[in-house]
Amino acid sequence: MNPVRLIGRLVIALTRQTGRVAIFAGRGLAGIVPLQPDLLLRQIMQIGWLSLPVVGLTALFTGAALALQLHSGGQRFQAGDVVPAVVAIGMARELGPVLGGLMVAARVASSIAAELGTMRVSEQIDALVTLSTDPIRWLVSPRLWAAALTVPLLVGVGDIIGIMGGWLVGVNVLGFNSAAYLSNSWAYLESWDVVSGLIKGAVFGLIVALSGCWFGMHAGGGAAGVGRATTNAVVGASIGILAANFILTGLFF
Amino acid sequence: MLRIRGLTKHFGAKKVLDGVDLDLARGESLVVIGGSGTGKSVLLRCVLGLERPDHGQILWQGQPLAGRNRDAFMQGSGMLFQHAALFDSLPIWRNVAFRLLKTMPAAPARRIAIDKLARVGLGPEVADLHPAELSGGMRKRAALARAIAADPQVIFFDEPTTGLDPIRAARINALIRGIVRETGATAITITHDMTSVHAIADRVALLDQGRIRWQGQPGQMDSAPDAYLRDFTRGIWRE
Repeated sequence: MNPVRLIGRLVIALTRQTGRVAIFAGRGLAGIVPLQPDLLLRQIMQIGWLSLPVVGLTALFTGAALALQLHSGGQRFQAGDVVPAVVAIGMARELGPVLGGLMVAARVASSIAAELGTMRVSEQIDALVTLSTDPIRWLVSPRLWAAALTVPLLVGVGDIIGIMGGWLVGVNVLGFNSAAYLSNSWAYLESWDVVSGLIKGAVFGLIVALSGCWFGMHAGGGAAGVGRATTNAVVGASIGILAANFILTGLFF
Repeated sequence: MLRIRGLTKHFGAKKVLDGVDLDLARGESLVVIGGSGTGKSVLLRCVLGLERPDHGQILWQGQPLAGRNRDAFMQGSGMLFQHAALFDSLPIWRNVAFRLLKTMPAAPARRIAIDKLARVGLGPEVADLHPAELSGGMRKRAALARAIAADPQVIFFDEPTTGLDPIRAARINALIRGIVRETGATAITITHDMTSVHAIADRVALLDQGRIRWQGQPGQMDSAPDAYLRDFTRGIWRE
């Protein structure tokens, strides 16, 4: 095939698919009105509350490892004292939202895609339509909003736990004074560091839920199709988070 | 009441429906038969709005089935899916009362759900179970209860006896026949189970190669001049 034609077809296909996903996301976000509080609350529990342990543990170990790395690397140029401030800034700006988002992607995008994919192949989504219920409103909207609302909260909690992980290592392994460590952590941390991380968290949450819903709602081909949808949802969400992180970091800083 | 004209549907290069014409009168029970892959399910899905036909018209009470007319049609319809399609995450009574819960509080909706479950031979102890806790036959009956919960004018049945043993299949057939007679609802069933055809149908339509090949009363099938129809009804395979 003519390479120019091939590239043209790929561009058209990509544009068409992007448009479809954008329309799907728009319908999903708009579908929250009128609000169905019970559906939203259930998803907030599923996506937010139940992700807290995995996000908390990830943040704890990341903060602790970051403190060790910064101390070890910083000593090469007599900058070992920057550990508290850099752990705090690094967690708030970058590691908290990105690693938290990736962990939520692993747990939530897969779960959403598997659930909706199973509903698709077992005709439960068709059943919703025959019961005069819009599947986007019923299934997608609560998940998109729950993820966009709760992932920033998870990121905020993860930031605190990560900083505490650094503090634990700093005080117990690296010989920092406890009060001085905490004081230095807050002293150099600006509100925009935290707010930008929370905004990233909201965007990442939306990407995670969108990926899970998109691939789940478009699953086909029985159990194998659901398996593919689950894999694609996690891969799509992870790449989406990393790409969005690059773009948002460029915009914010 | 329901009129289908020239309905055509392709999937890629494959023409599944090739100009289907079909009429259904109020209170009539039509059974569409045909071999596997002849487009029976696609026909039903087009009527229900789950697939968009390429060409043709579906009229409901003389009006095209679109917009508000489609909404009204869907509000007055019930559907029994081949594999029940109950919502896994909801208890049985919420499945049955799904449509009712949009317009009434939970307590009366639950009462109606339990009544409907009783109509299909399921006791109130089933109400709080989840679909995974029921046998295949019980799930099918619960799905039938859901289909009739809002007293629909039109009920669709997609392969209602698939996967059931002959006794449970006979029970489902008897329930469908009884419910359709009691409620005066119009029914469209697609199946290739000839026992169901004789139990349920007022009229039978044979779908073959995307077109209605024959239609008539169940008693006329054996004497019909169409050799394929006779082979189909008797389960005769010819090389």
